[in-house]
Amino acid sequence: MIKVEHLTKKYGDLIAIQDLSFEVEKGKIWGLLGPNAAGKTTTMRILTGYLPATEGKASVAGYDVFEAPKEVKKVTGYLPENLPIYPEMTVESYLKFVSEIKQIPQPKRKQSLEKAIEISGLQPVRKRLIRNISRGFKQRVGIAQALIHSPQVLILDEPTIGLDPAQIIEIRKLIKSLKGERTIILSTHILAEVTQTCDGVVIINEGKLMASGSIEELTASFRDKEGVFLKVKKGGLETFYLLKGIKGVENVTQEADGFKIEWSKGNDIRDELIKMIAQKDLGLLEMRPLAMNIEDLYLKAISGGMER
Amino acid sequence: MRNIWAIFKKEVKTYFTSPIAYVVITVFMVLVGFFFYSLIWWFNSQSLQMARNPYYLQQLNINQMVYAPLFHNISIVLLLMLPLLTMRLFSEEIKIKTDELLYTSPLSVGEIILGKYFASLFVLLVMLFLSGILSIFTFVHGNPEIAPILIGYLGLFLMGAAFIAVGIFFSSLTENQIVSAILTFGALLLFWILNWASYSAGGAWKDILNYLSFFQHFDDMTKGILDTSDLIYYLSFAFFGLFLTHSVIQSRRWR
Repeated sequence: MIKVEHLTKKYGDLIAIQDLSFEVEKGKIWGLLGPNAAGKTTTMRILTGYLPATEGKASVAGYDVFEAPKEVKKVTGYLPENLPIYPEMTVESYLKFVSEIKQIPQPKRKQSLEKAIEISGLQPVRKRLIRNISRGFKQRVGIAQALIHSPQVLILDEPTIGLDPAQIIEIRKLIKSLKGERTIILSTHILAEVTQTCDGVVIINEGKLMASGSIEELTASFRDKEGVFLKVKKGGLETFYLLKGIKGVENVTQEADGFKIEWSKGNDIRDELIKMIAQKDLGLLEMRPLAMNIEDLYLKAISGGMER
Repeated sequence: MRNIWAIFKKEVKTYFTSPIAYVVITVFMVLVGFFFYSLIWWFNSQSLQMARNPYYLQQLNINQMVYAPLFHNISIVLLLMLPLLTMRLFSEEIKIKTDELLYTSPLSVGEIILGKYFASLFVLLVMLFLSGILSIFTFVHGNPEIAPILIGYLGLFLMGAAFIAVGIFFSSLTENQIVSAILTFGALLLFWILNWASYSAGGAWKDILNYLSFFQHFDDMTKGILDTSDLIYYLSFAFFGLFLTHSVIQSRRWR
């Protein structure tokens, strides 16, 4: 649905993005991650036709962004980082204006407007001036304008920035509810948001692609060790040595409430571990796989450890 | 066309839901009203003096004595007022980042510019129409010729259209509305007084400077003379302003 091939954008001598390539399948939500000034907004601006690229190709819903920009704009909804809202307009008149410039046919306009207001939860403020509504509602107005023409592709630049925790949860729910019908790319600094809403990630740093793929894929390809977290009733030093003695165990770390046990990839020792716990009657309370969290993944990726 | 209409409607609404249009129109009307009253008063006193001499009485002409100077005065007021009308057109969009909405919608840059341009022209038409209402007074109490008055108004409209195009151009250059207004005002004034330089210039330069000056083309129209070269001058000036605006916006995105 979204395809980026060897995209480069230079502002004078400054290289904003360099040789960026990735692909997003239809109906998926992908997160675009990276530190500030990594090139996230530039990538999104190119995909939405706001900026032309210096080199490379990008296509959205089969339309080339550079050769058929009008077609791309018709099928894309975009929420920029700075909300493109007119403070002197009411929510309703603003969305009506957007419905006109997004070229929704006249008979469908009213229905589209009502749907956007309903989905974004703007009913209580629809008649109010945008300047007088709260930050959370302004953000929803931004989302409503991106959604109003029922685009196949949604590009959301920091959709939850500046919102309070309750609002963040609501906006996340809203984004998740759009999954399936629409293909979504969102950029964010909140890594938890990615694990909760996204199917995959593109991690960029200094304009270069550091990693891209589904979170599971990336985690699996990155890890050279596997492991479990174990909590037992008898958690003393004796248990520590018992665990360390299991054949194949590479590392055991004692933590406040249990043990972290690691072994090399492909050399699963969980069977032996369970047998040993039963034999020695250690009293199993909890055993769960040690997952690499998104923070580790992100830090590893931007430091260049996952470059590929 | 539908896209131009959408932008036009939004801009006209913005003019009339904010104080801009009302302030500009009110100040314009107060000034024009004052000039009109002064000229009529002066014409009246001249009439009374000349009433004693039938020869001079025949020379009295309301078109030349009231309308020609009135049109000149209105043109100066427009020179001061129109930059205030155009200063926000693009500067505001750049400043509050709403340009991202416009340029990521399926609209062409040309459609956006024309929508905004026609909206300003509409406000100009409202201003000229309201000032035209004052003429009811002269038609009720006097006998002016209507054709020169209409040509004078056409001149004001065309000149205003050129002013607005220059204003839109400067508005596309900066996100600061004050800078945009000052640059527009400076440029318009320069083109207004360009013919002053022609007094000291010689040969072809004299003609070129005279041709480029707003004043020279407008002067004929205030006297009721309609020349196609004047029409072409104003229309090409407006076209050039809009063309430059288009180039500025496109080049900013390609930088």
